[in-house]
Amino acid sequence: MCGTCGCGESDVRVEGLADGHRHGVSTEHGHPPVHEPRSRTVDIETALLAKNDHLAGHNRSWLAERGIVALNLMSSPGAGKTSLLERTLKGARVGREISVIEGDQETTFDAQRIRDAGARAIQINTGSGCHLDATMIERGLRALDPKPDSLVFLENVGNLVCPALFDLGERAKVVIISVTEGDDKPLKYPHMFAAADLVVVNKTDLLPYVDFDVDRCARDARRLKPTLTVLPLSVRDGSGLGAWYDWLNAL
Amino acid sequence: MHELTITQSVVDAVTERTGSARVASVRLRVGRLAGVVPDAMAFCFGLVTAGTSLDGAVLEFDQPEGRGRCRTCGREFVLADLLLLCDCGSADVEVLAGRELAVASVVLA
Repeated sequence: MCGTCGCGESDVRVEGLADGHRHGVSTEHGHPPVHEPRSRTVDIETALLAKNDHLAGHNRSWLAERGIVALNLMSSPGAGKTSLLERTLKGARVGREISVIEGDQETTFDAQRIRDAGARAIQINTGSGCHLDATMIERGLRALDPKPDSLVFLENVGNLVCPALFDLGERAKVVIISVTEGDDKPLKYPHMFAAADLVVVNKTDLLPYVDFDVDRCARDARRLKPTLTVLPLSVRDGSGLGAWYDWLNAL
Repeated sequence: MHELTITQSVVDAVTERTGSARVASVRLRVGRLAGVVPDAMAFCFGLVTAGTSLDGAVLEFDQPEGRGRCRTCGREFVLADLLLLCDCGSADVEVLAGRELAVASVVLA
């Protein structure tokens, strides 16, 4: 029975929608729709990223059970994510075995670069998608099958906006910015830098040729995330890489 | 354009609860610090609802403002953006509100 008007039909509610009726929409029911808003409103109260966060939690547990550390690597296109990984593989100064899940809209170029550098890699092509999500990583991890106690880099689609919102199940988020992009990026893309655990400032070998203030970049990034670690380095000439290896080996 | 993925999850979250019942309007809670643009969601909404029980539904937004609390001086204040800085000079600020991203309710047709 309708709890509001007693009309003999069940009220609309989340449970039992199959026998719900529609108050006031048509005249077949016969009484004025004075209580209509209450009877037709359904509380949902569901976080829009709940599914992704739930799956990311599964990924995190799966990785933890195997002692595997995953890092979500994010930057704009061309900042040097894949180059940093190639250099890290060639440097051979990380205590764990490394494998990589590469995310790009198209091509397998980056996975091939990682394989050429001597590590296992699989490529995820997102098509029109602008970010990796936890479902893709779940499938990617099954395909990659990383060894226990190893290190997995999740190289996100080059984009300083969208990937910031999607938890993949990683231990930490690493954001790379290159000095040719400009030191104003933390304030222009605050969500990405607020989400980061480590910011790598790459291409410092080009600092003599560009107006990039490393201190300003670091200061602005820490205004968004006070606990942020900032590591300036150059993949090309190798300066600063020691601190990067130390950070990885402390995970 | 992460709004497309997120707007698709609106349809999933609603139809999981309401099945095939026609939906007249959807109320979302999108905080001003959530990193999601309501206009972009509204644009995507027409695309992802086509042919679903949400087709033609009105999309409404509650947009809670950002609020923070300084862990150093204890003051609470409005956060206009993600820059965590209290007037007392501390950057140790906890975000209390503004990052909401949820479907609040729907009205069935």
